[in-house]
Amino acid sequence: MELIGQGIVQALGLLLSGDAEVWQITWLSLRISATATLVSLLVGVPLGTAMALTRFPGRGFVVSLINTGMGLPPVVVGLFVTIVLWRNGALGMLELLYTPAAMVLAQLVIAAPIVTGLTLAAMQQVPEKFRLQVLALGASRAQMVWTLLKEARLPMLAAVMAGFGAVISEVGASLMVGGNIKGSTRVLTTATVLETSKGNFDAAIALSLILLVLMFLVNWGLTWIQQGRRA
Amino acid sequence: MRNLLALIAVFVLAGPVWAQSTTVILSTTTSTQDSGLLDVLVPLFEKHTGMTVKTISVGTGQALALAARGEADVALVHAPSVERKYVEEGKMRNRRLVMYNDFVIIGPEDDPAKIKGVPKAVDALKRIAETRSRFVSRGDKSGTHVLELGLWKQAGVEPRGAWYIESGQGMGQTLGIANDRRAYTVTDRGTWLAFQKRISLPILVEKDKPLLNIYSVMEINPANGPRVNVAGGKAFADFMVAPQTQAVIKVFGIDKYGQPLFVPVAGKTDGDFQ
Repeated sequence: MELIGQGIVQALGLLLSGDAEVWQITWLSLRISATATLVSLLVGVPLGTAMALTRFPGRGFVVSLINTGMGLPPVVVGLFVTIVLWRNGALGMLELLYTPAAMVLAQLVIAAPIVTGLTLAAMQQVPEKFRLQVLALGASRAQMVWTLLKEARLPMLAAVMAGFGAVISEVGASLMVGGNIKGSTRVLTTATVLETSKGNFDAAIALSLILLVLMFLVNWGLTWIQQGRRA
Repeated sequence: MRNLLALIAVFVLAGPVWAQSTTVILSTTTSTQDSGLLDVLVPLFEKHTGMTVKTISVGTGQALALAARGEADVALVHAPSVERKYVEEGKMRNRRLVMYNDFVIIGPEDDPAKIKGVPKAVDALKRIAETRSRFVSRGDKSGTHVLELGLWKQAGVEPRGAWYIESGQGMGQTLGIANDRRAYTVTDRGTWLAFQKRISLPILVEKDKPLLNIYSVMEINPANGPRVNVAGGKAFADFMVAPQTQAVIKVFGIDKYGQPLFVPVAGKTDGDFQ
């Protein structure tokens, strides 16, 4: 317990003293995971919406696949993305391995199914009658989808929070595809693993606390957007 | 939605850093990284050459496997027997010794296997096996694990049973497990020193020749894969054995531990340590 106390003190010290490396790591974590989450929205929202509004043979199977993807083990994603990005791999010519871009890619693979699955669930939960009503009022198909998205705004923001929460907190994929390189691909989670393995438990605790605070602030912001206009 | 697009724009503009052709990928072991040595040496190299080093710090087994696939440009590792095999196969070339430190056998104060002061590491392991005293192994094909397995082989013991615990983790975590289970383990001296605050297992056997921990640097055969940065790899290998670098290695760790963590040995060969 004493150790956690020391960690809190050290975390405050690191942040308040403006420790350049800690700020850089924190900013990089936020940048990588936010980018991955935002891109996963671009993929997941249209895909989830399309899945919610269409019926085709084998749809149940595809939905099951998406739902399984919501629980993709980060370490498995990390392994496969690493192999694809290897110099010998399919995308080796891009020389992306051990860069922040590679981490965004891996995190995108983790977040996209979560956003897709939750979007699908959110859109399906809007009553069928509402959809028909909007169409009956003369809305075009695009207008109908837009209205549905607005209606599903609350659960959609929950999808953003879930996706972001999954990627900012994962360590396995980031460690593998990023390599935990100082000043380049070291993020809060991988730095925590490193400090633990070095035996610097107080520094590891400090980094964990910074991660928790960061997650709280982001979710606070998102919750404010989600609940704000209703309050 | 418009806010969202603006946000995306911000993050894309703040954009990912793309790999540069002046990048050298160094595959190395956790001990060089965890000891903090590379945090000192890599910036020196980058300043001298203008190249960027990407340090991938994994177990020696994985470090060599990556290099053999051409996924790295230079390797800094510590498992001489395995290294020589890769050199013979032509995967690695120009193996040069860089530095050494040593392994020690640590264990619980009450020493149930009575190994304290035994001069030969092999004899100590025999006693641990005979008394079935708990022993924690890295079990991860790291340089430390390879050395430990070599010692068991010399001792004529097949380590197996409830007393033999395989952690499958780095040295730090393994020390934690050994400490918790009051078990024996083989560790490099540097990591043991770094963990003094957290563990209470004293050194019981040390300074036996087979316990030497020798680090070498090797360049990668460009035939191993596409895009191997041969010139960059060679530059880093040359840097590791250069007199100025060796001088830095010689004093590294004194400020923190009161003793240096590594002894520089550039120019020597395996024969000097037999």
